[in-house]
Amino acid sequence: MRRSHWMVAGLLMFAVGGSFAYLGLEVGQLFSAEAGRQMWKYLISFFPPDLTTDYLVRIWHGTLETIAISAIGTLLAAILGLLLAIPAAGRLGLAFRVIARLVLNFLRSIPELVWAALMVFAAGLGPLAGTLALMWHTTGVIGRLFAETLENAPPEPAQGLVLSGARPVMAFLYGTMPEVVAQFVAYVLYRWEINIRMAAILGVVGAGGLGQMLYMSLSLFQQPQAMTVIIAMLSLVIIVDAASAWLRQRVAAK
Amino acid sequence: MERNDGITLRRDPAAPARLALTLLIVVLVWPGFRLTEFDPGVLFDPRNRETMGKFLATFFPLALSADFLRLVFQSTLETLAIATAGMTIAMVIAIPLSLIVTRSLSVSRIGPGPGKWRGRLVRFPARLLLMLYRSIPEIVWALLFVRAVGLGPSAGVLAIGITYGGMLGKVYSEIFESGDTRPTYALLEAGSGRLATFAYGMFPVALPELVSYTVYRWECAVRASVIMGFVGAGGLGMQMELSMRMLNGSEVSTMLAVFLSLVMLADGVSALLRRVTA
Amino acid sequence: MSASLCRVSLVHANGFRAVSCVDVSIAAGERVAVIGPSGAGKTSLLRMLATAVRPTSGDVQLLGADPWRLGRADLRRLRARIGLVHQVPPIPLRQRVVTAVLGGRLGQWPLWKSLGSLLYPADIDGAHEVLARMEIKEKLFDRCDRLSGGQLQRVGVARVLYQRPDLILTDEPVSAVDPALSDRVISELTREAQSRGVTLVASLHAVDLALHWFPRVIGLRAGEIAFDLPPDKISDDMLRDLYASETATVPTQAEPSAVAVIRRRPLCS
Repeated sequence: MRRSHWMVAGLLMFAVGGSFAYLGLEVGQLFSAEAGRQMWKYLISFFPPDLTTDYLVRIWHGTLETIAISAIGTLLAAILGLLLAIPAAGRLGLAFRVIARLVLNFLRSIPELVWAALMVFAAGLGPLAGTLALMWHTTGVIGRLFAETLENAPPEPAQGLVLSGARPVMAFLYGTMPEVVAQFVAYVLYRWEINIRMAAILGVVGAGGLGQMLYMSLSLFQQPQAMTVIIAMLSLVIIVDAASAWLRQRVAAK
Repeated sequence: MERNDGITLRRDPAAPARLALTLLIVVLVWPGFRLTEFDPGVLFDPRNRETMGKFLATFFPLALSADFLRLVFQSTLETLAIATAGMTIAMVIAIPLSLIVTRSLSVSRIGPGPGKWRGRLVRFPARLLLMLYRSIPEIVWALLFVRAVGLGPSAGVLAIGITYGGMLGKVYSEIFESGDTRPTYALLEAGSGRLATFAYGMFPVALPELVSYTVYRWECAVRASVIMGFVGAGGLGMQMELSMRMLNGSEVSTMLAVFLSLVMLADGVSALLRRVTA
Repeated sequence: MSASLCRVSLVHANGFRAVSCVDVSIAAGERVAVIGPSGAGKTSLLRMLATAVRPTSGDVQLLGADPWRLGRADLRRLRARIGLVHQVPPIPLRQRVVTAVLGGRLGQWPLWKSLGSLLYPADIDGAHEVLARMEIKEKLFDRCDRLSGGQLQRVGVARVLYQRPDLILTDEPVSAVDPALSDRVISELTREAQSRGVTLVASLHAVDLALHWFPRVIGLRAGEIAFDLPPDKISDDMLRDLYASETATVPTQAEPSAVAVIRRRPLCS
């Protein structure tokens, strides 16, 4: 092995050892018998999960709320992202391009959960915070992707329409949009699928949906209820995965 | 001569379907606005604009006192430590499980002889375990561990260890299966033990990809460690949550700035490491 | 005067002289064909007439105005009166034919009508009528990516017919269309120009089409005008000289390839 490899390996050892030392974690302590017993006791308190009708109805409402958060958040992000993508693709000049790209990067770089905490801070607990959090983050993602698509779109159709006297906005709508709209819709749907998973999680910082139910039940030491919520979250993800795979097959076959 | 094709009034054949789809979307989205308590009117109310303005103003100027910056620096180090320690545990979990799961090391698959069902019986629960670790979101694991072992970085380390152990395990096994399997099969057919086969046949082939993916996952772990802090698992995230609870906007913006820089730094380190070990 | 170019030159950024010191005057209602070998500058000439590109030197007058001295709104109005049929129709392929054709009047419609037409086509009958003249009315609601090259070219022509401009410019409008239909398309363009009394300038690759349908033919070679005459005054020798660099014969509809090196049989007059 080359010397650089040895150096890297050594650095890694140092980093790992240093991390454990800094955290004051002795590996032994984490895996001690006492800790193990405690965790086992905690684990079995989750079973059996609470499956009473009343609670299942609440779970159902939580699921609907989660889906609504993801849908509205993604929808708003699609609109905002589209609006920001136009300057970000350079169609309004260099200055606006730089500003728009900066804004989109800022929105993207902050993870959804951090946005959720910020929105709970700003708008209070509840689904609104989750919706806004997804909206901000997804706008950044969709906006950047769409700006790139717009930049790569062929300019000839719009130019041809301008030559016959069309206004620039109309030339864009009739000449450029048809080329890119299919891709745009596909990507929005893909992000929505991701956001459903996210919406379920955001609630743990108080942003509504199943996540908030999980946080509440764990805080109140209601482990069986928490187990039900976890099962509901997993089921939601599985169903959404299957549905989107089926839809993709149908669309591809057409 | 105009040919008469029997159509006197021409209609757009795509219109009914488009209309139906639009109506469907409106019908589904409308209750969504109610469920999410999203009221667009709030945005246009002039009174709210003042409140929003004042709210945004609390984020500036950034908190830059020496004491606070020291606290932020320590939290950042803690986050990095959580990510690194968590990844170590993840590898400890992932490596043995991936070896069990990978089909490339399965003797029963290569040639005749018994053991096909036994192999599957051993691999299946391992695969299931890895999937379970991965499917539960890391934040949920963090929440659970905070309840189990208390607030602080231990919960974060364990949460990353388990979630990323599941991810690494699956990807490692796939890397083993996708590489050039001929040296491995040759050794197995010659009767070599599985561990030796791994060390000499599979590991050298797979190493670059393994390192690349692991380093990429470490970068994700840094971000995840911050996020898990919000539920009490230590690090920069926990500090941010505390500042938010104390309604101290300027501390939050400082930490946000530090977070963005940290992400960029981790990205740079990861790129460097991947280049050096390629 | 419908269009005039006075000592116009076009030099590309890489120094290539596409058009050199060209003088052309075209009266209202005239029908003019422009012929010449590839690279002669036909497309550049037409693009300058369409205000797509500004000449490097010289003056352009279109429909009584200098397009490069007009304000934005006036230029837009001028362009709405000029229709250019591109060789490769600049139509987004995922668009339906009906919307592509209706796009021709975007320069004339008010904003609300243009927007509304995106949701439901504003003038299906009008689009149907021009497509019928191009013999593709059955493609009215098809998507453009389902059309052959020749059909797409005819949609491009249909769009300009729908626009009803005062100056029709066409850049090799039938290069992908088979000979029988080419005749039909050129005849339709001619009929349109004659019935409305508007000007038609067409660059054509097939010389026999130009000589048959147009009372005035301009020969372009290496960016300069070689001749500007009615067809009966154009001799075979002049044609051969025009295409001399490319082949021993002159391109027609039957033998469109002008880059063959083998000796073909000479053109019969």
